[in-house]
Amino acid sequence: MTAAPADSIASDRPAPLVSKVGMALFIGTEAMFFAGLISAYLVFRVGNPNWPPAGQPRLPVESTAFNTLILLLSAAFCHRAVSTLRAGLARSSAYWLGLTAVFGLFFLVLQGREWIRLVQFGLTLTSSVYGGLFYTLIGVHGLHVLAGTALVLYVLKRSVEGRYSAAYPLGVELARMYWNFVVALWPGLYFLVYLL
Amino acid sequence: MTNDPHGPQKFIWKYILSTDHKMIAKQYLLTGLVMALVGAFTAYLMRWQLGYPNTNAPGWGLVTPDKFNMLVTMHGTIMVFFVGMPLLVAALSNFVIPLQIGARDMAFPRLNMLSYWIFVLSCVALLASFFVPGGAPAGGWTGYPPLSASEQYTGVHWGMVLWITALALEFASFTMGGINYLATFMCLRVPGMTYFRVPMATWFLIGASLAFFFSVGPLIAGAVMLLLDNVAGTGFYIPAQGGEPLLWQHLFWFFGHPEVYVIFLPAVGCVLEILPVFSRKPIFGYRAIVWSMGAALALSYIVWAHHMFISGMNPRLATPFSITTILISVPFAVIIFCMLASLRQGSIRLDTPMLWGLGFLATFLIGGLTGIFLGSASADIYLHDTYFVVAHFHYTFFPSVFFGGFAGIYFWYPKLFGRRYNETLGKIHFWMTFIFFNATFWPIFRVGAGGMLRRIADPTQYRILDQFKEMNSMISVAAFILILGQVPFVWNFFWSMFRGPAADANPWRAGTLEWLAPSPPPHGNWGPGLPTVYVGPYEYSRPDMADDFVPQYRPVGVLGGPAGQA
Ligand code: HEM
Ligand SMILES: [Cu+2]
Repeated sequence: MTAAPADSIASDRPAPLVSKVGMALFIGTEAMFFAGLISAYLVFRVGNPNWPPAGQPRLPVESTAFNTLILLLSAAFCHRAVSTLRAGLARSSAYWLGLTAVFGLFFLVLQGREWIRLVQFGLTLTSSVYGGLFYTLIGVHGLHVLAGTALVLYVLKRSVEGRYSAAYPLGVELARMYWNFVVALWPGLYFLVYLL
Repeated sequence: MTNDPHGPQKFIWKYILSTDHKMIAKQYLLTGLVMALVGAFTAYLMRWQLGYPNTNAPGWGLVTPDKFNMLVTMHGTIMVFFVGMPLLVAALSNFVIPLQIGARDMAFPRLNMLSYWIFVLSCVALLASFFVPGGAPAGGWTGYPPLSASEQYTGVHWGMVLWITALALEFASFTMGGINYLATFMCLRVPGMTYFRVPMATWFLIGASLAFFFSVGPLIAGAVMLLLDNVAGTGFYIPAQGGEPLLWQHLFWFFGHPEVYVIFLPAVGCVLEILPVFSRKPIFGYRAIVWSMGAALALSYIVWAHHMFISGMNPRLATPFSITTILISVPFAVIIFCMLASLRQGSIRLDTPMLWGLGFLATFLIGGLTGIFLGSASADIYLHDTYFVVAHFHYTFFPSVFFGGFAGIYFWYPKLFGRRYNETLGKIHFWMTFIFFNATFWPIFRVGAGGMLRRIADPTQYRILDQFKEMNSMISVAAFILILGQVPFVWNFFWSMFRGPAADANPWRAGTLEWLAPSPPPHGNWGPGLPTVYVGPYEYSRPDMADDFVPQYRPVGVLGGPAGQA
């Protein structure tokens, strides 16, 4: 059987274009998923003039602003991971990937810490619709950060094993697509939930 | 890799964990048909109770009101999500798209296999709900809160959790499927297969996947909140806790309306594929049809609130949604007229697939026309939640799932299994279904306009419904015969799979690529080299050619005629 990539069913190296299209489509459904959550949030936000409702704690605006910065930095690192790989520097690409993951995890830890304090102040999933929405929306995003970090770590492992090169950077590029999406959501959510 | 095209294959790799798109299509087909049996059984029980209230249904017993609620819910859920989706979206997309565009398989074969098994898991989760304490979900197939959000209204807790779980798994499965269908369509078309040479079935299957793909996200968001209401005690949908029941309705129908197109578009695609073959004419208005489908898709995202005219939403919203709803009938009218024009002066052959295709046109037309009554808010206020609605959506769903689905199954049967089905049995099946489908659902319009409410377990409780007693029994008898009328199909399907006469590669003398591959196509579909496409899909009865059709893989220019423009 001839082995031109598009004509091969036996190759287990996915063709770059089709994989990126697949990832873009996946990100498309994810975006609609968040659009659904955000419109639900807005329905309650617009319907309730007192927001947050009386007796519910204020959200940590400053420390979360710092956390936003952390996440944005991690996206910059992820870009470096791709550009260094494309330049043929596989070793330093792995290093940037590691940094991306560390910053992603740091974001999660900081957020976890804030959540513990919020629970202590009386904001829980069931304390009000406000609390329910906060933990659902921010929690679902947190899960995406976790999934994105896991993906970056997986790609890092394969990168260390020497599977990627300037000629075949696909895995790292896919991870960056997903990570970009997860990071790009955050400033919007921060504005919507913490500032608005 | 496990799917080496030449080596001998172990049973498990060939039939269970296969990554071959054709085997996965068959798996979906079979699963969908099995679920259809369950769906039909629930319909039988409900119809028994409505036709012969408060007597024991043979094979089950008394259908009590709480059981009736479960049966309605499970029937609707199963028929839409576990019969319509696997048959029309998954089985057909898997089988047809790669073959028609000349691919060797899906873009991501292993993801494809995973998506099937997640679907199986979701079927198991749904059916398991019959056996958990409290019984099956009873909040209707639309799962409206607060009914669905809190146990106190229906007495069902675990059933509801399983319902949400099953839907979540199914949506994960179909998202994986959708990624596959769309990526395959975009990237793996064979040289020469330009977008305007893609056959109709593939276009409409892709349309269905698009409709699903960009509407399912908000529903998943809604389902996450519904699940939290059920298991974590939040109150997103519970008014007493500051929640908004209408929010679910918006999220559900934002998905729900595109979802009906997810089921309807593949059926249209099958019929459009069949009409030119059995009338030996090019399809009329190929481009107009493709653009109309695009327009309908775009509009399908902004009509959802027509399901909510009497829900208590802001009544000022009714007018814009009435307008978009009436607008969306324009592209569909274009498509239907193109279908009719495609038949005009054709040499029509009434083989079984064509019968189903024409049956689809006739019945769906009634569904579509009655939708106009419901789409205008003023009439809907009277008709909403009556059997008029039940008749309307059965006149749209049933033709799509079964007339369109059977049209496709009979049409591609020789390609699927390499054997011919029995024509006579196929025709008996068609006429039984056609006659008794109408005998069942036509009177239901009358009953509904006379005021019979939907989702009621016992019509004898309402004096105004006494007049419909006989009619309800007759409807039930017709429904039972309709269900029995499927026996010839089951027999034909399995018997012919093993005993039917062998089919050659192109039994219908059709021009699209799937008929170039052997029947059934081997793993990899095309042998050593991929086909090349030279002309559009429906080059029938060209005046410049001696043969009555030109397949897409034949270079017409070389033979002397002008190279075909799609
Ligand atoms: C064998 C043919 C069928 C019969 C006899 C039948 C009968 C029924 C009956 C008696 C109801 C309950 C109406 C009520 O109490 O409000 C119902 C509801 C429903 N059916 Fe069917 N049906 C059939 C096929 C289908 C098919 C093929 C579909 C869709 C693909 C479908 C989708 C639904 C839906 C969505 C509901 C509404 C459930 C709800 O109210 O939550 N049915 N059907
Ligand atoms: Cu609708």
